[in-house]
Amino acid sequence: MNTKFHRLKEGDKVQGAEIVCECLVRQGIKIIFGYPGGANIPIYDALYRYPSLHHVLVRHEQGAAHAAEGYAWATGNVGVCFTTSGPGATNLVTGLADAMLDSVPLVCITGQVPSGLIGTDAFQETDVVGVTLPVTKHNYLITRPEEIVSVIHEAFYIASHGRPGPVLIDIAKDAQTGYAVFHYPRQQDYLKEKVKMKATDDEVVKITNLLNSAQKPLIVAGHGMLLSGDGKTLLAIAEKQDIPVTLTQLGLSTIPTNHRLYMGMPGMHGNVAANRAPNQCDVLLAVGMRFHDRVTGEVANYAPQAKIIHIDIDPSEIGKNVKPYLGVVGDAKTVLEQILPRLKSKKNQEWLSQFTAWKNEEKVKVFDKELKSKKLKSAQVVEMLSEETNNSATIVADVGQNQMYAARYYSYRSYNSHFTSGGLGTMGFALPAGMGAKSGDPEREVWIVIGDGGIQMTLQELATIVQEKLDLKIALLNNNYLGMVRQWQELFYKGNYSEVKLKNPNFQKLCEGFGIPSLKVTNQNDVRKAIRKARKTKGPYLVEFIVEAEENVFPMIPAGAGLDGMIVCKEDMKK
Amino acid sequence: MSRDLSNIIIWSKNKPGVFFRILWLFRRKRFNIESATVGHTEVPGITRFTITVTGDKDQVRNMCKQVHKLIDIVRVEDVPDEKLVSRELAMMKVGVKDKEEKAEILRVLEHFRARVMNMTKDSLVIEVTGSEEKIDAFYENMKDFQIIEFVRAGRTALYK
Ligand SMILES: Cc1ncc(C[n+]2csc(CCOP(=O)(O)OP(=O)(O)O)c2C)c(N)n1
Ligand SMILES: [Mg+2]
Repeated sequence: MNTKFHRLKEGDKVQGAEIVCECLVRQGIKIIFGYPGGANIPIYDALYRYPSLHHVLVRHEQGAAHAAEGYAWATGNVGVCFTTSGPGATNLVTGLADAMLDSVPLVCITGQVPSGLIGTDAFQETDVVGVTLPVTKHNYLITRPEEIVSVIHEAFYIASHGRPGPVLIDIAKDAQTGYAVFHYPRQQDYLKEKVKMKATDDEVVKITNLLNSAQKPLIVAGHGMLLSGDGKTLLAIAEKQDIPVTLTQLGLSTIPTNHRLYMGMPGMHGNVAANRAPNQCDVLLAVGMRFHDRVTGEVANYAPQAKIIHIDIDPSEIGKNVKPYLGVVGDAKTVLEQILPRLKSKKNQEWLSQFTAWKNEEKVKVFDKELKSKKLKSAQVVEMLSEETNNSATIVADVGQNQMYAARYYSYRSYNSHFTSGGLGTMGFALPAGMGAKSGDPEREVWIVIGDGGIQMTLQELATIVQEKLDLKIALLNNNYLGMVRQWQELFYKGNYSEVKLKNPNFQKLCEGFGIPSLKVTNQNDVRKAIRKARKTKGPYLVEFIVEAEENVFPMIPAGAGLDGMIVCKEDMKK
Repeated sequence: MSRDLSNIIIWSKNKPGVFFRILWLFRRKRFNIESATVGHTEVPGITRFTITVTGDKDQVRNMCKQVHKLIDIVRVEDVPDEKLVSRELAMMKVGVKDKEEKAEILRVLEHFRARVMNMTKDSLVIEVTGSEEKIDAFYENMKDFQIIEFVRAGRTALYK
């Protein structure tokens, strides 16, 4: 352990607040996203004496949670937040729910009213453990300073082991100010028993046999694959047996988008090949994914003919949505490493040529139309952004049409370079999450892709970005609509545009007010120039792209329909 | 009462809020709990819950895995009836009009091996244990008397 930043020695008698900071240092934490208030002010006082803990003062606690998510995603470490009691803590809830659904490791430390006042409806008292129970992997209430060390230790362990997730620690103010003797605990091994990482020998044999005898195999890999550490094992398996690979939205960038075996993203706005293949394959290897409804469509019609092998680290995911032929609990990469040496080499020309045909169908019906249109399309912006950044920037996508364009048109080449709010679909996620990603890993070139609706949900974080002097770029895809909702209304609600038109602020002036340089782009010829200008400028930069107002994301599987209900393009819908 | 019940037995650390977390999770996954009993066990610091639910077997199996994910839970099992000896405790307070009625009640109690725990001039508090069926039957037999209060504690069980 690097002890350079330690301030406490074993046996020191100090205030709980100081123990909180010391524990964070010992967990290797360097950045905290937070907001002070009456119930956590002792922690901020202790923080003052811990210069190795850099605190990012967000402008809203939701921003702290998303920033911590972005940080966790970019660094692989646990993201940490501080907030005060009551409103400070309730403002975290959306971020916790987001992290819970997308398995992002967080430790959020909230101040609570003094223990003697708990339950009395005191000033800024909220039952934070009660409120956050459904949106955390685990949570704690601490009322005595002696409990702090072991709880923080355990919280980090829980947040980051097995399937990651958010953990909240609510600390009563008197536990922050009270004194306790500092003793750093040892690793608590009993928690480990709950996580099964490896497949059993029997399971390995079964998986191998299924793959070895498959005629039309398909891989669907998700966030669990990305989280397990690298895409190389996955690629090695795919290449050894010529298996087409699809990546769910949260699995994007696990393998390079331009790899010959990459067949796209499945799901509601996924790629044609990735949505056709599940219903034609004979063996479907699902790894580190959870058969989410946005991925499967109507679940009864999902891959009924296929022998599904489901590998996931979370036992409760096996059989939850789709009943697999073979369910294996384990870490994605670990299990794939176990099976790789037993796989025989195979070629799959015929099956792969089917994918070429599907890809071509999408090219003709979707890509060409989007990318060759004379009007400025979001797809073009994202594609040009991809080229201008050598396909190697980190894209932090918000929610809505912009998110789908970011997923579909950026060519991800570097591992773990796409972050978004997948499970909860939280508008406003990207601005703070991008901020957290850049803070955690300044070497990354980070681009936030966001819509005009979403940016206004957490807009105040622009001030944080400036205060932190972050070299962060924002591509605002402005269609002056809540575009994704408008699309549904156009396609499924007779074109009744109910409350989706936005009268937006002047984003240039707004940026000016925050002290962020910006450019507005209204036609194709200026896109690259603007991106180059943004990249050349040190510090934050926003480019507003005025994209075609009523563009639609295709293909689309309407909500509730099965994969066979995929509408490839609007013309197909009229048939 | 005892329709197609599943017995979910849960061992947890004795931490504040564990019962709340478990109950919350059953609600979240839309299970209706038929009965729940809780208490200490032979291992210090370990609490044991016996929860009975109705519902699809696959869902019950998944529910057990979901419960197991709760951090304070040590072990969860969905145990078939055959593997368990299970009991329920029920208590009943009945009004007694006269000697004849009292004698009649005592005859019923004897049949069900029920015990009188408290006796006043005009009422009896009775304890009865057994399977849910036995307690159902006991209740049926007592229905014609004046039942003032009746409470069932829920199934608790041990492995055979
Ligand atoms: C916090 C929140 N509220 C509402 C929604 C529902 N919703 C999903 S997409 C969308 C429209 C997003 O509009 P915008 O940010 O402009 O992006 P666009 O779809 O136009 O690219 C809405 C309202 C949501 N996902 N999140
Ligand atoms: Mg919009």
